[in-house]
Amino acid sequence: MKQNNLYNYIISIADNSLILAQRLGELCGHGPTLETDIAGTNISLDLIGQTRNYYQYAAKIQGEGKTEDDLAFLRLEREYKNVLLVEQPNDHFGFVMGRQYLFDVFHLLFMTEMLNSKDETLAAIAKKGIKEVSYHKRFSGDWVKRLGDGTEESNAKMQEAIDDLWVYTDELFDLTEADKAMIADGIGVDTSKLKELYYAEISELLKEANLTVPEGKYFTRGGKKGIHSEHMGYILSDLQYMQRTYPNMEW
Amino acid sequence: MSNEQIKNLEEIFEARIARDEKIEPKDWMPEKYRKTHIRQMSQHAHSEIVGMLPEGNWITRAPSLRRKAALLAKVQDEAGHGLYLYSACETLGVSRDELYEQLHSGKAKYSSIFNYPTVTWADMGAVGWLVDGAAIINQVPLCNTSFGPYARAMVRVCKEESFHQRQGFEIMLKLCNGSQEQKDMAQDALNRWWWPSLMMLGPTDAESIHTEQSMKWKLKRKSNDDLRQQFIDQTVPQAELLGLTIPDPDLKWNDEKGVYDFGEINWDEFWQVVKGHGPCNKQRMKARVSAWENGEWVRDAAMAYADKKEARKLKEAI
Repeated sequence: MKQNNLYNYIISIADNSLILAQRLGELCGHGPTLETDIAGTNISLDLIGQTRNYYQYAAKIQGEGKTEDDLAFLRLEREYKNVLLVEQPNDHFGFVMGRQYLFDVFHLLFMTEMLNSKDETLAAIAKKGIKEVSYHKRFSGDWVKRLGDGTEESNAKMQEAIDDLWVYTDELFDLTEADKAMIADGIGVDTSKLKELYYAEISELLKEANLTVPEGKYFTRGGKKGIHSEHMGYILSDLQYMQRTYPNMEW
Repeated sequence: MSNEQIKNLEEIFEARIARDEKIEPKDWMPEKYRKTHIRQMSQHAHSEIVGMLPEGNWITRAPSLRRKAALLAKVQDEAGHGLYLYSACETLGVSRDELYEQLHSGKAKYSSIFNYPTVTWADMGAVGWLVDGAAIINQVPLCNTSFGPYARAMVRVCKEESFHQRQGFEIMLKLCNGSQEQKDMAQDALNRWWWPSLMMLGPTDAESIHTEQSMKWKLKRKSNDDLRQQFIDQTVPQAELLGLTIPDPDLKWNDEKGVYDFGEINWDEFWQVVKGHGPCNKQRMKARVSAWENGEWVRDAAMAYADKKEARKLKEAI
């Protein structure tokens, strides 16, 4: 049972990185400048790298002889445990940077805590990941500022994105059974303790960016329990296309 | 400047190139040299940027995490090549925005190969193996071209392209060692990419309008036909190693000449695609133009923000 919790714990962290990387991968070659395209692919690559480390570890814990690719590509939608925030679409660049920033602030707080995990593998992944995620946050935060404090049009678009994405932020701090068990064992991060820091940091940047901090009290959740938005099926259709069409082959 | 003075400068300039000296952006150069370089380098930059599209098409569907990461990295390298090459053009006094405008209006060309669709995963292998393979043959000689910024950019570009080519070949190898469906997928990709790859090395020498001048300036060191022969001779044994059949019934080794003889290239198809009527010309341009137009508000915001920041800094200084 203990190993089962660890497996579920790793999967939920890994799925966040996988699905966000997949969303960023859709944009390659379609960004507003060459530099943002390069940065977007870079972030996507970092996330894929993290994902691979997590899935390799999860497969080992599971002990059924599965590979990183089995875990990444061959689960049912319900078995993906990423938060709803990361599966939200690339409606416009404000959404892309807003989604990224709202995730990155959480991700960096999370990784910083995971450094102290009793699990050496997770601590090692955090050690490497912190450098990457610090860069992601700087990049997305700078863009939220540029767009928020740029032109009237960009301010409105950035505000629209933040308002729409805000409802998905609270789920980041939900604790599943696996989370609770891993916190009790000194392996998992108690994300409920990060909530205040998270909203304080984001509110400060939004104000600096000339944006209004949403006051919404209603939040949408479900991804951590495997109940996703309507977008998820389409994401998985792309992600799983080859593995589902040509099963049991090496690529 | 009198005509005689110009002639004198031109003679000194040509002598420098003949001595293999590099021409740098601030050096005097004939207007034609400047224009030819802007044309060739920007065409190359545009090819990198448009080339991101057919490969980007498979990022979300790559069959494994390792392949997804490698493909992302490859497309990112292409964006990087585009960036250096646009920068090299900027040293000759033309902005990236102006070059984009030429691409979007159809005035500037890019490599026609990117107007073919990537319809299966094997196309990621074939594009790397054949298209990057042909690109390297075209580009390696440019590492010694006369214009310094171009030559230096090409050194880096060629190193990365040769890595991409090996990566593409490795995708093909994996398919060819796989199931029958995978082998069929690999053969199908070769069938579709072989002839366009040969066309990529340019029209036959008799039809090529820029060759002579370009040879003098070391923008070109071998003729299109020689490069094509080199590509074929190099690639046929690789196809044999993969166990694939080159889709050319006339292809056979010529013992006397020590090269492969090959069949007639369909130049009508080449010119059709060059003139904008290939399978994906419209779609590629539409993707580039809409990325540019949809991104306008973002670029405007970045400019406005930078101006505000500058103004605040100035105010604080006062």
